Amino acid sequence: MDELILREQIVDEAAMSRRAFLQGTGLLLGFALTGASTESVFAAPASQVVENEVTGTFAPNGFIRINPTGAVTLVIPMIEMGQGVYTSLSMLLAEELEVKLDQVQVQHAPPNHALYVNSIIGIQNTGGSASVRAFWTPLRQAGAMGRNLLIAAAAKRWNVDPATCRAKDGVVFDASGSKHLSYGELASAAAKLPVPPAAIVKLKDPKDFTLIGTRAKRVDSAIKVDGRALYGIDTRLPGMKVAAVAISPVLGGKAKTVDEKAALAVKGVRQVVNIDEAVAMVADHMGAAKKGLEAAAITWDDGPNGKVSNADIVKQLEEESKKPGAVARNVGDAGKSLAEAAQRVDAVYQVPFLAHAAMEPMNCTVHLQKDRCDIWVGTQAPTITQSLVAELTGLPKDAVKIHNHLIGGGFGRRLEADGTVLAVKIAKHVDGPVKVIWSREEDIQHDMYRPYYLDRLSAGLDAAGKPVAWTHRIAGSSVMARYYPPYVKDGLDPDAVEAAAEPPYALPNIHVDFVRVEPPGVRTSWWRGVGPTHNVFVVESFIDELAHAAKQDPVAYRKGLLGHNPRALAVLSLAAEKAGWGSPLPVRHGRGISVQFAYGSYTSQVAEVEVAADGSVKVKRIVCAIDCGMYVNPDTIEAQVQGGTLFGLTAALHGSITFKDGRVEQNNFDSYLPMRIDEVPVVETHLIKNAEAPGGVGEAPTAIVSAAVTNAIFAATGKRLRSLPIDTNSLKSSS
Amino acid sequence: MAFTLKINGTPHEVDVDGDIPLLWVLRDVLGMTGTKFGCGQALCGACTVHVDGQPVRSCQTPVDSVGDSAVTTIEAIGQAPQGAALQKAWLELEVVQCGYCQSGQIMSAAALLKDTPKPTDNDIDAAMSGNVCRCGTYQRIRAAIKHAAGV
Repeated sequence: MDELILREQIVDEAAMSRRAFLQGTGLLLGFALTGASTESVFAAPASQVVENEVTGTFAPNGFIRINPTGAVTLVIPMIEMGQGVYTSLSMLLAEELEVKLDQVQVQHAPPNHALYVNSIIGIQNTGGSASVRAFWTPLRQAGAMGRNLLIAAAAKRWNVDPATCRAKDGVVFDASGSKHLSYGELASAAAKLPVPPAAIVKLKDPKDFTLIGTRAKRVDSAIKVDGRALYGIDTRLPGMKVAAVAISPVLGGKAKTVDEKAALAVKGVRQVVNIDEAVAMVADHMGAAKKGLEAAAITWDDGPNGKVSNADIVKQLEEESKKPGAVARNVGDAGKSLAEAAQRVDAVYQVPFLAHAAMEPMNCTVHLQKDRCDIWVGTQAPTITQSLVAELTGLPKDAVKIHNHLIGGGFGRRLEADGTVLAVKIAKHVDGPVKVIWSREEDIQHDMYRPYYLDRLSAGLDAAGKPVAWTHRIAGSSVMARYYPPYVKDGLDPDAVEAAAEPPYALPNIHVDFVRVEPPGVRTSWWRGVGPTHNVFVVESFIDELAHAAKQDPVAYRKGLLGHNPRALAVLSLAAEKAGWGSPLPVRHGRGISVQFAYGSYTSQVAEVEVAADGSVKVKRIVCAIDCGMYVNPDTIEAQVQGGTLFGLTAALHGSITFKDGRVEQNNFDSYLPMRIDEVPVVETHLIKNAEAPGGVGEAPTAIVSAAVTNAIFAATGKRLRSLPIDTNSLKSSS
Repeated sequence: MAFTLKINGTPHEVDVDGDIPLLWVLRDVLGMTGTKFGCGQALCGACTVHVDGQPVRSCQTPVDSVGDSAVTTIEAIGQAPQGAALQKAWLELEVVQCGYCQSGQIMSAAALLKDTPKPTDNDIDAAMSGNVCRCGTYQRIRAAIKHAAGV
């Protein structure tokens, strides 16, 4: 087996970079330390994402490292999984530090709650569309503080007033501009100065931003077009084995029989590890490991969940949702207003379990030793992962080293550490490092799913069609109660009701409650868009039903209820205008609209669809207007709107995980269908510029798209869809 | 069994069973991790490489079927004019998000442009619909292929 390992690759890259440098390509001369070694090498930023640990002479806070060669490293608290956060957070730092974006290298932060907590969600988690919101101020403060200290060091050397000096592109200049010192030259001196508290540092006026708000180039693109980017699954270590894993197809089941002899007869298979809940085939390579698993012909004892079925789960939700739940909002008297209303509308909505199906299947590499445990994984939750591994191994937390990696699609899946926990349980039986890789089938069938929800809604309209009463009961699993129990008070899961408790509309009498119903034999978790992906579909479909009952245009009806909400009204109006709302369309074509406030941003979308006679739906165009306040990188936002919309649209058209006999019925991309290039619509993005506080973007388009599409289908066919995924059979033309 | 594989112009000796997929030989035996594992069933295209210039899903290509054929992977596709043009277009149009599928996307696109230097939308649909991107970068992939092709 070829023993090419990460460290050698770094040295190779460094050698390549050194040659490039000597050839005068103008690459920045860098200085990096590989692992624990103190031997210096040239490490020019052929990649701006550095996998190895970088130290720095000048380290005024948790984020900045500058060493005497001038290399600037951002120790980045959030993980990159496609959302562009390595670029946007680097921009925040670079703006105030006064360096060019391509002078900044990023390095994954270690788990450290005190230094790297995401203040929006209270944990060092990458999630909740919160990265820019959480680090908008801390990273600019860190950059400004660093710049001030570097200027102070230069002023001291020149014996001038720091206020007469300025910094640009990593260089400090005196008043005349004739004297200048680079950040590298100043790093040692700046490191000796006292660090002031972050809060007293003066930040730039947004009108003076030169980088924030621009279409700056992503820092992680170059390594992602030629195979150099290293994801967790690409981890290679000396003596490492690769393990394929078969997990009990029913949650709570155990391996009954394993033909170890047949498995070990496969060339390259080294060891069979049976931990009851799963069997791992440890081998020289994944090809042998997978072959070994097949040879093992494992049979399973299903345990208590062997009879779980979707039908039973839905039946349970139907029953439980008849009982009152934890009150999320109660204004006025919805019951009385409903009874007295001129017209009443009732509906039941349902949305399915959804898998994440990120392109990089679940994987984790573990090297468990007597006094330490090293974990190589891409995780959205490094502190939680570290704690769980410490608990599992009995090691102190600081003996658990998390080597975080770029993630090949997170979508919430890597907020969970179950993949790492399983890998550690296996590694306990393996001598030396082992990389555990899930097959696509294991990944889909042992996901932690977006919950199935069942919603009951009623509304009362007055004679003019305005809603005078609104009741909404949500029934389903509470991810929050399991994941962040302190955030659930009196049974109310704030995520499960987000965007339902406070719809953007004027609703004088409203009652919203939540009934927690945990399905047996199913693990639920965060899925891109979380609560709002379900609630916005329901609320925006139901408001469309009310517009229809009131015999009003869906856009005009919404506008009439948004007079108090200018930002929501603005995105709605912009999306409608750009989509040509009201212009004629052919038969069985339709437009639908939706609007939401979630993740701190206002979003509106118009979908245009064509429904064929056989019921098949072609989404032809999506127009999205978004107001996310002050923004960092409009190109990233556009990319997130395009991708986030398709993520939600894929689920609306195709996404459903179902259970039968305790087993998930889908297993790969032929039964859990992704959208492909020949199916996707063009997505147009219209960004509103203002000076409001930054809002989140990654999940907003995912949450909003389903209702826009089903409302468009209603406009095209007159058929109201109250469950997802879209049932094309119900849309067949009757003619 | 021992096989000599010609990968990116260099011969590599490997000793594995003949039915082991080329994907795992590349990734685990030879340490070339640019080619990605996505589905194992030729359903997603993440593992696409070229065998004698033709795009194949390496997860379903047994190593004993490769023979003397020239294998090209993402690590070397930039040496071909189509690969270089596509990588440049990918960067100019900021195609990537998580990036995991992009090795396979670029390999499929490079094969397309070699056969069809000026592809239509239908050509792009036909050549690229085997490559899944869960981040949803399709709109930019299409634009970048056209940009690289000058259409």
